[in-house]
Amino acid sequence: MSGYNFAYLDEQTKRMIRRAILKAVAIPGYQVPFGSREMPLSYGWGTGGVQVTAAVIGPDDVLKVIDQGADDTTNAVSIRRFFARTTGVATTRRTDEATLIQTRHRIPETPLREGQIVVFQVPIPEPLRWLEPHEAETRKMHALEEYGIMHVRLYEDITLHGRVATSYDYPVRVNGRYVMRPSPIPKFDNPKLDRSPALLLFGAGREKRIYAVPPYTSVRSLDFEDHPFTIEAWEQACGLCGSRESFLDEVIVDDKGGRLFVCSDTDHCERRREGAR
Amino acid sequence: MTERALLTVRGLSKRYGDRVGCLDVGFNLWPGEVLGVVGESGSGKTTVLHCLSGRLEPTSGSTEFLQRDGSVVDILRLPEVARRRLARTDWALVQQNPRDGLRMGVSAGANVGERIMAVGARHYGQIRGQALDWLSQVEIPRERIDDLPGTFSGGMQQRLQIARCLVTRPRLVFMDEPTGGLDVSVQARLLDLLRSLVADLGLSAIVVTHDLAVTRLLAHRLLVMRGGEVVESGLTDQVLDDPQHPYTQLLVSSVLQP
Amino acid sequence: MTSRDPAAIEVRDLAKSFTLHSQGGVTLPVLRRLRLSVSAGECVVLSDPSGAGKSTLLRAIYGNYKPQAGEILVRHGDRMVDVALAEPRQILDVRRRTMGYVSQFLRVIPRVPALLVVAEPLRALGVGKADAIERARAILARLRIPERLWGLSPVTFSGGEQQRVNVARGFIAGHPILLLDEPTASLDAASRALVVQLVHEARQRGTALLGTFHETDVRERVATRVVSLSEAEAA
Repeated sequence: MSGYNFAYLDEQTKRMIRRAILKAVAIPGYQVPFGSREMPLSYGWGTGGVQVTAAVIGPDDVLKVIDQGADDTTNAVSIRRFFARTTGVATTRRTDEATLIQTRHRIPETPLREGQIVVFQVPIPEPLRWLEPHEAETRKMHALEEYGIMHVRLYEDITLHGRVATSYDYPVRVNGRYVMRPSPIPKFDNPKLDRSPALLLFGAGREKRIYAVPPYTSVRSLDFEDHPFTIEAWEQACGLCGSRESFLDEVIVDDKGGRLFVCSDTDHCERRREGAR
Repeated sequence: MTERALLTVRGLSKRYGDRVGCLDVGFNLWPGEVLGVVGESGSGKTTVLHCLSGRLEPTSGSTEFLQRDGSVVDILRLPEVARRRLARTDWALVQQNPRDGLRMGVSAGANVGERIMAVGARHYGQIRGQALDWLSQVEIPRERIDDLPGTFSGGMQQRLQIARCLVTRPRLVFMDEPTGGLDVSVQARLLDLLRSLVADLGLSAIVVTHDLAVTRLLAHRLLVMRGGEVVESGLTDQVLDDPQHPYTQLLVSSVLQP
Repeated sequence: MTSRDPAAIEVRDLAKSFTLHSQGGVTLPVLRRLRLSVSAGECVVLSDPSGAGKSTLLRAIYGNYKPQAGEILVRHGDRMVDVALAEPRQILDVRRRTMGYVSQFLRVIPRVPALLVVAEPLRALGVGKADAIERARAILARLRIPERLWGLSPVTFSGGEQQRVNVARGFIAGHPILLLDEPTASLDAASRALVVQLVHEARQRGTALLGTFHETDVRERVATRVVSLSEAEAA
């Protein structure tokens, strides 16, 4: 693609983003402001994730892009094609083959390994925003570890619903210090964040923040002693591959309202079916 | 009496250019003592409160506070981290308008529990239990624990604010016109509550008010302020029954007796 | 009591005047160079007519009025404290542990029942709630306040009833010093007799009492010594 630098962004911008990433890795869970650039997709469509990916991608990388666990939805296809055109790197649908995975709203079921980087698309990075609208104040609260209101949020949930009702973007405490929003992944995926061998990077383009969880860092979901954190479970197994351990989507299959539960992670489901044959 | 003062204020001044907010205010406050700061609008009493509670930065002066571990620290020279932590645990501020001191968007129970959650309480049942206890102590029916403060009357909101402030058992409580805006009968109930809480919990308090009746009921000592300066100070009943300064005499004689 | 025992109250050269700034700064002298002492076991009665300054003296000793000059020494524990110079919290400590005061007017705090009003001085001394209330019941019964009134705030009581609550509150803690400012005002003969009994019992305990009594018969029954302020002011 002529007229564009490798991975679309100019080198100075990449350097700026990499500096932000280094800071983020040095302070796990801390939101680092960065100069978010205008990208060829609007805010809310993954500009933060795309900028992070663009800053770290190299010619030898193998890129996988998923959206809600699927490689074949519109957004995943567009972003993958964007990077293919502007970098020429190899792309894949297979989690175990990828070195760099950009994702919206899910972590792959296939266990990650050392050397892999996962880039998350983040809409709202600030976990305290629900109760404190002022940026200056939330920054202070993070700096001073004033996280009482996060538990107030959980308390209210239990009071209203009898249990913590938050089911995605469930707040976590990183490295015992910063409270972070893991992006709208289902809470089912939260345990995968804890001491992951992969490097986890989070980019929010509209809010202009980058944060990170380095490999093997502790990530604990917030809870109460008498209301401990739990993940979702299904009575059904995946209708395609029979898995009882993966996150299932409910799909309407016909006009009569027939339903099927299938793995949200398409690659995982396909591999299981391959293995079964 | 060899007990150490809880708070020692010296030379507290706040200037706005030529204008004086408060000038050279000084006093000691001992554990278990309630100090009333009275004056009319513009007397500087609220300025003093704001300077002490951290909302305003004074122009000069020192404020030494005796911490729980026995060490003395100058509040005005504390780093913000430490000052904010103090404000959440060992100090409390009861605001005149309870809506300013409450989180209107969360339940009464959450309001009361927040400060203990902020210092590490992690057991929902226990937090709720403490919240229920405190609601009883401030005479709010226990069934209201899950209600939003917006559904409470003004007097009940004020009592909720008090419960929210006292849950971490602060040793020093600032009160800014605690009965302002409340109906008279509601005021009486609130003052009664404050009196018992102060006595039962051994609180020290600084109560800023223009209402002399409130001070007679709550305060052991008074500072009378006018034009930013303290014009008279002493035992409450002595200052109110035998005022020496012309302004104090004017204040006392101006109070209508029904 | 020998004259070598230190006095419970020792007033020296007390001067008290009132300056009314709103009335052109006119100064009204009330007490001039007053000397007076009261020992344990005494009941000293001030005999002057109204307006002479009896209340003023009592209030000054209690720390409620601020003297212009002189010393007001009271025996507090094992030390003498000068009320004229003492810090507010010292005066409060003296009032809590040493010096009681019965005035003519009960300052009524709305909502507080009579039982708690009377029990308060004991609570301030650290007496447990149940114990304090028990003793409050006893003294209210003794002063013939009907039991049905004990749980009510004295706001609605008659003058005589309020006064008896006042008396109960003043005598309950057994303070070593008691100041009595017309404690029998608005009381009938039977109630006055009860107060006289309380005074006698206090004296037996070694209490130092200083007071004013409007009724001659009461004065005669309680006084161990009668003093007039004008004599006490003679330098």
